[in-house]
Amino acid sequence: MTGVWDWFLWLYEAHGINLPVFYDSYDRQRFFAGLLTTLELSVCSVVASVAIGLVGAWALGSGSVVARRLVQGYVHAFRNTPPLIQLSFLYFAVGNLLPRLEMAGGGSRPLLDGFAWAVVTLSLFGGAFNVEIFRSGIEAVPASTVEAAEALGFNRWRLHRHVVLPLALRICLPALSNNLVNLVKTSTLAYAIGVPELLYVSAQVWADAMNVREMMNVLLVTYVGMVGLLSFGLRRLEAALRVPGLGTVGGQP
Amino acid sequence: MLDLAADRHAAAVPSPGLLPRTDSPAVVLTDVRKSFGASRVLNGVSLSIPRGNVTCVIGPSGSGKSTLLRCINALTPVDSGSVLVDGIAVHDPALDKLALRRRVGMVFQQYNLFPHKTALENVMMAPIHVLGEDREEVEARAVALLSRIRLLDKAHSYPGALSGGQQQRVAIARSLAMRPTIMLFDEVTAALDPVMVKEVLATVRDLADDGITCILVTHEMGFARDVADQVCFTDQGIVVEEGPPEKIFTNPDDPRTRDFLGHVRF
Repeated sequence: MTGVWDWFLWLYEAHGINLPVFYDSYDRQRFFAGLLTTLELSVCSVVASVAIGLVGAWALGSGSVVARRLVQGYVHAFRNTPPLIQLSFLYFAVGNLLPRLEMAGGGSRPLLDGFAWAVVTLSLFGGAFNVEIFRSGIEAVPASTVEAAEALGFNRWRLHRHVVLPLALRICLPALSNNLVNLVKTSTLAYAIGVPELLYVSAQVWADAMNVREMMNVLLVTYVGMVGLLSFGLRRLEAALRVPGLGTVGGQP
Repeated sequence: MLDLAADRHAAAVPSPGLLPRTDSPAVVLTDVRKSFGASRVLNGVSLSIPRGNVTCVIGPSGSGKSTLLRCINALTPVDSGSVLVDGIAVHDPALDKLALRRRVGMVFQQYNLFPHKTALENVMMAPIHVLGEDREEVEARAVALLSRIRLLDKAHSYPGALSGGQQQRVAIARSLAMRPTIMLFDEVTAALDPVMVKEVLATVRDLADDGITCILVTHEMGFARDVADQVCFTDQGIVVEEGPPEKIFTNPDDPRTRDFLGHVRF
């Protein structure tokens, strides 16, 4: 490994391409800590936003008018406002209203830190789109298929669990993939409230090393790799769920 | 005509609350009415279907045949009148739908199999997830059902890879896996070619031989004539005439029945 890191030192000395995030152990440590934070932020937000989407879509289809109105209001609020403003609003305005936790050595800290607020905001932001995505999938399941399940005695929960959601997921997976990829990229906004994610640590590195051009390239390549892995996984999922006669336009039956 | 039919069956209606006797009719409809918005689809249907019988409901499109069938398993709630199935009051708002649908299977024109499940899984799903039965037991039963409809070799095929006739037979097997006592068939051969129609009707005839009460909405007059115990002609939301097929097809009482059958090829 040391050989690889040394190669980047040689690259700098021989060609002037300065990538301390690889040859300098301190920069390397904070860069990979940032990468880890971004990954954690992404995984938490993706999982939570999918859960929000499922619960929201379920509520939209329920008989309760109150539940439907609540979900519709939430979708409008979080889909129709910029995520940077949502983040600032939740972190600075709502965050200050919450009680603070007393610390052992005196003083206090906020109930939720920047990372937690970023996860909350990204989940709510991505979730609002996911509600609509899942709704489109659920509504595309033919009424006749639903009736067949009802005629077999399926109640609403089992109907969704075994018939509607498995079919809806297959129908809406391309749209869901788009939104999740977008959500991972949107995680860079956490920079604005000081969460030490990839963009934040990169800015620290280029402020110290004056290597903006190099760090921009490192950032772009890292995101392309990360998002590429995610879309690859989602495409594999799509292929694994493919069944003959369903959503096979342009694909194999 | 409507009143005539109602009177004829008045004696056969068991009082609600009584347990079904084996000799009581499987299904009794009394003055059933149903409207969708301004359109009145059922205008007071009364009908009694004896246990173990094959009843064919015939009539012009839009005469309320399918709605009549869907009222029997509560897919369509009735506006007024009573529907008794095995002694269960289907018109009761407090109806236990599961109890009803364990007894009543339904097969549709468009098969409506679950496209993400194989033929075998389609047959196994309801007993496992609805009745909570043991998977191995259900699988043995499902395999037996598939071999009975001669589709065991397609057990692991998805519906999208089966022909229409094969899908429809799997749909019948899927309903039978719930061990119903009554089967409803809603124009189950309307989307099939003549060879497949034969396959599917042979399967239905098989069920009738087993003593399952079969109610078919159909345009297959040949089948109605040859297999049905009772034929029921509907027009404009009422049962115009009913009786044994020999009577309905050769010597119907009502001019509307005569007129309709005059347009039918056998």
